[in-house]
Amino acid sequence: MKRLTPLVPALYIVFMLLPIYWLLNMSFKTTNEILGDFTLWPREFTFENYITIFTDPTWYMGYVNSLIYVSLNTVISVTVALPAAYAFSRYRFLGDKHLFFWLLTNRMAPAAVFALPFFQLYSAVNLFDTHLAVALAHTLFNIPLAVWILEGFMSGVPKQLDETAYVDGYSFPRFFIRIFLPTIAAGIGVACFFCFMFSWVELLLAKTLTAVEAKPIAATMTRTASASGYELGLLAAAGTLTIVPGAFVIYFVRNYIAKGFALGRV
Amino acid sequence: MNKTVNQKAWFFVLPVLLLVAFNAFIPLMTVVNYSVQETFGDNTFFWAGVIWFQDVLHSERFHAALGRQLTFTFTILAIEIPLGVAIALCMPRRGIWVPVCLVTMALPLLIPWNVVGAIWNIFALPDIGLLGRTLNGLGFDYNFTRQPGDAWFTLIAMDVWHWTSLVVLLAYAGLVSIPDAFYQAARIDGASSWAIFRYIQLPKMKRVLTIAVLLRFMDSFNIYTEPSVLTGGGPGNSTTLLSIDLVKVALGQFDLGPAAAMSLIYFLIILAMSWLFYTLMMRNEDQ
Repeated sequence: MKRLTPLVPALYIVFMLLPIYWLLNMSFKTTNEILGDFTLWPREFTFENYITIFTDPTWYMGYVNSLIYVSLNTVISVTVALPAAYAFSRYRFLGDKHLFFWLLTNRMAPAAVFALPFFQLYSAVNLFDTHLAVALAHTLFNIPLAVWILEGFMSGVPKQLDETAYVDGYSFPRFFIRIFLPTIAAGIGVACFFCFMFSWVELLLAKTLTAVEAKPIAATMTRTASASGYELGLLAAAGTLTIVPGAFVIYFVRNYIAKGFALGRV
Repeated sequence: MNKTVNQKAWFFVLPVLLLVAFNAFIPLMTVVNYSVQETFGDNTFFWAGVIWFQDVLHSERFHAALGRQLTFTFTILAIEIPLGVAIALCMPRRGIWVPVCLVTMALPLLIPWNVVGAIWNIFALPDIGLLGRTLNGLGFDYNFTRQPGDAWFTLIAMDVWHWTSLVVLLAYAGLVSIPDAFYQAARIDGASSWAIFRYIQLPKMKRVLTIAVLLRFMDSFNIYTEPSVLTGGGPGNSTTLLSIDLVKVALGQFDLGPAAAMSLIYFLIILAMSWLFYTLMMRNEDQ
């Protein structure tokens, strides 16, 4: 029994990798081979799909656009969430619990509900089809999450740290930036990871708020899928490339992932 | 931790408040506004009262979509939570395999949702997909674009594939936080592995599992992109979940009133459930 236990995660990982393998497999095939016969690995190995993506601006700009608004969103979300999380973890104030719950409800709002009003709102303030619009729209669910995660990490830091710093003559801003932020660096990393993740994977709002200038890669893919019919190889290559940034980010935060998923509240 | 009362803390929260209010309050009010008005599409609006709410609450279509949504959410919860816990229990606690497991398992979580749909689409295609071809080769008559049962099977397999990792990572985080002394004490007492699970591991995982159930409930209730790419709600309406139906009404038919009323009812259901979970969670924390 004991010797069989590692098999469970191993089997699960195989199940997880199979669809990804199939995507990778398709991305190296020619359209003829995909539609022609069923092969477990590419017989006519080709990089053509990838070359198309890296040479055609409508394709590669999609990745650039996505990365721009995702980074912008991560910076905005974490920056404004930091002081708020500090307030929630250190102070009691009028309506704090209600405010915290209200923030969380926004994490739970279905994007489909907000798609149309968002379109009207951002058109009204002339931000439609900009990276900033998508970045701001994504703060709707990322700020509550960032506050939630950071509050968990900050509550783990004893209050004596703050008090000692004040006794030593630190002003609040100096204490916050020089001492407090480095102490919760891991928490900030985790919060950034989650903001990156949820902004990167979201499509509905990103697609609704952009047309040409800031069109995310995911939207480019859906449009290509419907426009050119059955270019599965190209679609598979584009899909494979969307996994790459995520894989990079995971690799860098691998030691904090487990803790971050518990939102620092284990 | 003892918190001091300090009303000035509001200044710390102010930026968050303004930003989220801009994003949440204005759109929400827009939706409320539409939900009580009638329009003939020429930008003139008439007061309509609560007729849209009555329409939606009495419509067969909404009931059917809500029914499918609940079936979907509770099915995936019933699969993902136990499966996730089981995998987390079997994972090694230390050694070189830990980062390997964690990194590969986190991978599906960072794939854009439409790509998840696309991956499963090409994976399950009956003629050229690995899964579809294999199932047909084994003698099953499998075609997820034609048969509702197969569409549901694929949809649920996709969600399990996509999100079980989240439960695994959460449960695992709960497990590694248990000090070794607990296990040593259990061994001295001669506790069975079931007893260890029931009285040590499960209580320690309670909080993270609440978070897991909460997140999975909310996100599966809001699910839109993956099924819309995979099946587009079809065949027929068999996999039209709430969000897909809502987008069909709002952006497809541009029926603003009914769509707004539906949005609000939808949102209220989620809100009620989140309040329930939140209260449960906070009660656990107080103990």
